[in-house]
Order: sequence, then C-alpha cells, then structure tokens
Amino acid sequence: MAGSAIQVAGVSKRYRLGGGAYLTLRESLAAIMRRRGSARETMWALKDVSFDVDQGEAIGVIGLNGAGKSTLLRILSRITEPTEGVSRTRGRVGALLEVGTGFHPELSGRENIYLNGTILGMSRREIRGRFDEIVDFAGVEQFLDTPLKRYSSGMYLRLAFAVAAHVDPEIVIVDEVLAVGDVQFREKCLGRMSEFGREGRTVVFVSHDLGSVNQLCSRTMWLDHGRIRADGPTADVVDEYVQAAVPRGSLTTFAEDPGKPVQLLAAALTDDEGTVLDAPRRDAPITLELRFVVRDRIPGLSVSFMVETSQGVRVLDEDWGADTGGTLIPSSLPQEYVARLTVPPILSSGDYVFVAWVGTEFGKIVQQEVLSFRLLPARDETSEAASRGRVVQPTVRWEVVQATAAVGAAGREQVG
Amino acid sequence: MQPGDDVAVGTVGVRHPERELAWVENAPSSGWFPRLDARELWRERELALVLALKDLKVRYKQTFFGVAWAVLQPLVAVVIFSLLLGRAAGLPSGGIPYPVFSYTGLVVWLYFSAATSAAAQSLVDNRELVTKVYFPRLLAPLAAMLPGLVDVAVSLPIIGIFLAVWSVAPSYQLLLLPAWVVAALLTALGVGLLLAALNVRYRDVRYLLPFLLQVWFFASPIVYTGSVVSGGWRYLYAVNPMVTTVTGFRWSIAGGRPPGLEALVSLAIVCALLVVGFVYFRRVERSFADAI
Repeated sequence: MAGSAIQVAGVSKRYRLGGGAYLTLRESLAAIMRRRGSARETMWALKDVSFDVDQGEAIGVIGLNGAGKSTLLRILSRITEPTEGVSRTRGRVGALLEVGTGFHPELSGRENIYLNGTILGMSRREIRGRFDEIVDFAGVEQFLDTPLKRYSSGMYLRLAFAVAAHVDPEIVIVDEVLAVGDVQFREKCLGRMSEFGREGRTVVFVSHDLGSVNQLCSRTMWLDHGRIRADGPTADVVDEYVQAAVPRGSLTTFAEDPGKPVQLLAAALTDDEGTVLDAPRRDAPITLELRFVVRDRIPGLSVSFMVETSQGVRVLDEDWGADTGGTLIPSSLPQEYVARLTVPPILSSGDYVFVAWVGTEFGKIVQQEVLSFRLLPARDETSEAASRGRVVQPTVRWEVVQATAAVGAAGREQVG
Repeated sequence: MQPGDDVAVGTVGVRHPERELAWVENAPSSGWFPRLDARELWRERELALVLALKDLKVRYKQTFFGVAWAVLQPLVAVVIFSLLLGRAAGLPSGGIPYPVFSYTGLVVWLYFSAATSAAAQSLVDNRELVTKVYFPRLLAPLAAMLPGLVDVAVSLPIIGIFLAVWSVAPSYQLLLLPAWVVAALLTALGVGLLLAALNVRYRDVRYLLPFLLQVWFFASPIVYTGSVVSGGWRYLYAVNPMVTTVTGFRWSIAGGRPPGLEALVSLAIVCALLVVGFVYFRRVERSFADAI
C-alpha cells in the first residue's frame, strides 16, 4: 500500500467542564470581568496522541467511556479542531458517527436518501447512480414515497445504514454504528464494514464490542484517559484491555444498614479455592459467593442465586432451600453467612449479571443484582468462535464418520 | 451465518491507491483574519442547495394552503396597514397608492427578516449536523438565505396585480429589482453570520432576534416614506441599510423617489457587517461542535 492515510501528531484536546454545554451571556461577561478564560475548569479529553494509519489498514479504537475515543473521531473527521497538535488525513473522509444524520421525518424515503447522501458527501450524480442499490440494500422499495415518520424503526435504520454503506470515501470512520438494530441487521452492517476493509479503504472503527473489533481490525489502539495505553495487534491489545480495564467487579461490597432484617454485605466471583477471579474464563468452574447478615429471627429463610446474560436472559436459577430442604436457623443474632454456588464450565464467554435473592416461601426479603462479570473465551479459542452468540457452551463431544452400510447395520444391531 | 456472507454491495469501483491525494490538515486555528476557502464552498454547493430544498419542502408539509401562506400573511398586513395607517392616519406614501407602497416595502422586508432569522438559527437548528459531520459551516447560514427567495418570487405576480389594480406602470428601473433583493440578502447574511455564531454560545439570540427585527422594521421606511427624514439626517438614517434597500426596491417597481447619495453609507455598512460577520463566524466556527 502507498504510505499512510492518517497521521496524528501530538494531538491534544481540552474541554471546559461543568455547567451546560454553552455559556450564557451573563457568565461570559462575568468571566471577562474577572479575567479571560477563567470561567470554567478544564479537562484534557485527549493528551498527546500520536499514531499513523497506513492506507488500507483497519484500526480499532477501544477504551472505557470518556477515554477520548469520540473526541479522536471528531478530530479525525474535522468536526472539531484539536487544542494542540495536528491531525492529517489523505483522501475523502466518510465519518459515520451516527446513521441517518440529517434525516427528516416529514420527507419521503427518496428525499431522505438524497438529503442524507449529500450530507455524507456524495454528489447528486453519485447518489442517482447508486440509488437502486441503496433502495435494494434497505429493502424499502414500496415505501420510497412514504414520509419517513411512517417508517418502522427497523426500516428507518435499514435505510439509514444503506445510505451510509454506499458512500465512497478513502477513509471510513465509524463510531458504534453497529450498536443498533436487531442481530441480523448488525451482522449485515458488520459485513459491510469488513467489505470496506477488503476494498482497500482505510477504516477507523470505534466500538465497545470487542468481538466486532477483533473481527474487523488487525490493529487496535487502546485509549485510556485521553492517552494511548496500547497500540498493536488486536488480539494482544484486546486481551490486555479486558484484563486491566473492564470494570467488572469480581468483588463488590455494600454499605451496612443496621435497620434491615437481612442485608447483603459482599459478593464475589472466585475459583474453587476461594480466590477472587479477576479474569474468569469460560472453561473453568466459577464460584459465586455472597456474604450477608441476618438480624431478625426469620423462620424458613433461604437463598437463591441467579445468573442472567447482559441481555437479561436468565440462564441459572438455583435455590439453596429447595435443593437441600434446609433453612437458615441462626444460633444468635445478628448472624453472618457466606453462601457459595459453584457453576461448572457450561456458560459461553460473554457478559453476565449475578443476582442474589434472600427470602422465605412467603416472598423475597432482598433481591439485588450484586455484580456483573465477563467470562472470557477459553485460552485457545479464536475470538470468532467466541462471538457466536450462544448462551451455553458445555464441553461436548463430536463424532462424524462416513456412514457405510456395514457400520450402520452393525450399529443398529447393537442398539437393538 | 458468518457476517459478510450475504452482503453484496456493488458500490465500489476500482480503488486507485496510486492516485495522488492531497493531505487535509486539522490543526488549531491561528491568525487574526480567517481565510475564505471559496473552492471548498463551491465544491460543497450541493449541500447548501439540498439543505435549502429541505427547508422549503418541510415548511409547507401538511399545510392546506401550502405556499399560499407566503402571500397570505403580507396581504393581510397590507390590508391592515392601508386601513389604519394609509386611510385613518393618512401617512404620506410619496405619491404611490398606499397598498402598493406598503406591499412592495413589505415583500423585501419580509425576505430580509426571514433570511436573518433563518441564518441566526441555522447552526442551532442543524445541531445534529454540526456535531456529527464535517461541512464548511458557512454553508448553513448561506443555505438559510435561499428559501425566502421563493417567497419573493411568489409575491412578484401579486405585485403585478397590485400595479394593475392601482394603475401604476413600472419603468426601466424594474431591471434593477434583483439588485435590491441581493442587497437584502447580503445585509441578512452579514447580520445572520454574526447572530448564528453568537447563537451557538449564547442562546440569548433567540430572544433578542424578534425584538431586534421589530425595532428594525419601524426604523425602515416600510409603512411610512423615507422622505420624512430630510437634509443631513438622511445620511444618519441610511446607517440602517434596509432604508436604502426598501426605498430602492419600491422605486424599482413603483417609481417615486430613488435612493440618493446616502446609499453609499448603506453600502459601507453592509460591507462592514459582512466582514465583521464573516470574521467572527470563522473565528469561532471551529469550536461550534464543542459549544453548541
């Protein structure tokens, strides 16, 4: 490939903090009286960021909320200027910071395609040339002359992405566009994104979805508090990031409230020796641990643990009372308890929420989401395999053989 | 299903990596007098047209009378002005029948007033665009100048009817009519640039604007004739460029007294407004996306 397409050198961006997005006239006047520029505290959204992107390279940008990812994209796409440093781009930049920018609900689908396409930098001629493809991609032929406000949200999204997918820039800058719509639509978007890459375009892709980043980008940059924390092969950077930065409590504690008859004190995710797991993997058993205090004598008290996916699907619901027939009978009050539930390696990698319940057969006394955690893929697993969207992934055994008549007959005889 | 399997987008022609592309730089702005990148503005002219077209289309959606509203409102105003000010109060109109007099003044004024308001709101109303895409920001107020021109065009036949009814015959100066519309446009652009940029930071503009335009209306010779100001005062009066524009527009259609030498004062003011508006707009535009 012919050299770099993006050069960022020492870019920093400072923002004013606090208050509304803009100063009122009075605030400004007051600031002028006091002295210029002292009106608000400031913070650096980006600090001394430098990197180059080769032409045709796809780079992922990851980091926590507020790490400066969006600011970086806005500087790359010239929406805002840096406070210091220079960002240079070579070729037409298509910034897809949002799908459907400028869509107007009163206008028809056809009119909105032209409006949105022009906003994204296409000429009228280009849009006319691709009009049929856009309509095809979106699948909205019958509704072309219907006002956009009558579209379902799904149609709206499809149309918006269809326009965005047909822009023809040398550099594509994408911010979380994929984080919308149903699974199928997301797959379609993702497919188009990787096509952008295959077509030799330079792609900058910001996402919280590490699976997508992994799939699209060979190189990834991790922004942390406005600085580049790591920049390298995606697998390495994502792994480092997940280990260090993903704010999942493997351990949470709760403030004490002596007024409550039953109160949760702490929850943790441990291995079977009781060590808190910072980076639990799906191929090892995990233990959910809950510490709580009982202050009143409550007959028939029992405990339940539930595990839900981050989409809210309940995958486990285990009731200690039901399993053992036991109830908690404190010998003295208040009494602290520790409950542990060991889950064999059956869950797939992904995000989960641990919900704890303490109550009697008459109902709950406490129910609380006590911690959320991410199960990492197994050590040798490809991220592609890990991102297939299943809920359980127990150890299974496959057998595929050529079914010859002899084997089949023998098998049947044995079974019979 | 593997992502990408079912996607077939045949948009892309052959890439040309060998094509020499220019570097575009984004760095902190410096220098006192900003540069006008006319080439870029011209390249992006379609965006201005599309935005203007959108405003036009949206404006009269789901209205019964549609574009007739552009005519109806000033007509009602003219009836009221003619009865109250022309007949009852007997304001002088320089020999032109009062309905013709006030309608001509009103048409050019309404264009100016609509264009100024639209320009002042152009960035704030397109907040989504400003924060999500790059485009030369000047395009927003420029595009806001355009839809009002349609109203002017729609009003012209009505002016013709007025002239026929009150038997006023236009003369050769009718050819200058577009020049006065351009004058109104440039004045609106100068003021609009300034207000649009201020509006990003200080939403006070929204409240200031109607008040400003109301005062400006009475400071311009729309319902009364400018010849009530005489002698050297004319030059001071023409500090309001709309004095010259309204007088000139009316003169082009219905005759009467043409603008005199004091028009030069108006011209200077319009130029000054444009420069100040442009400089201020360009100086603060890079931070629009942060401040809006």
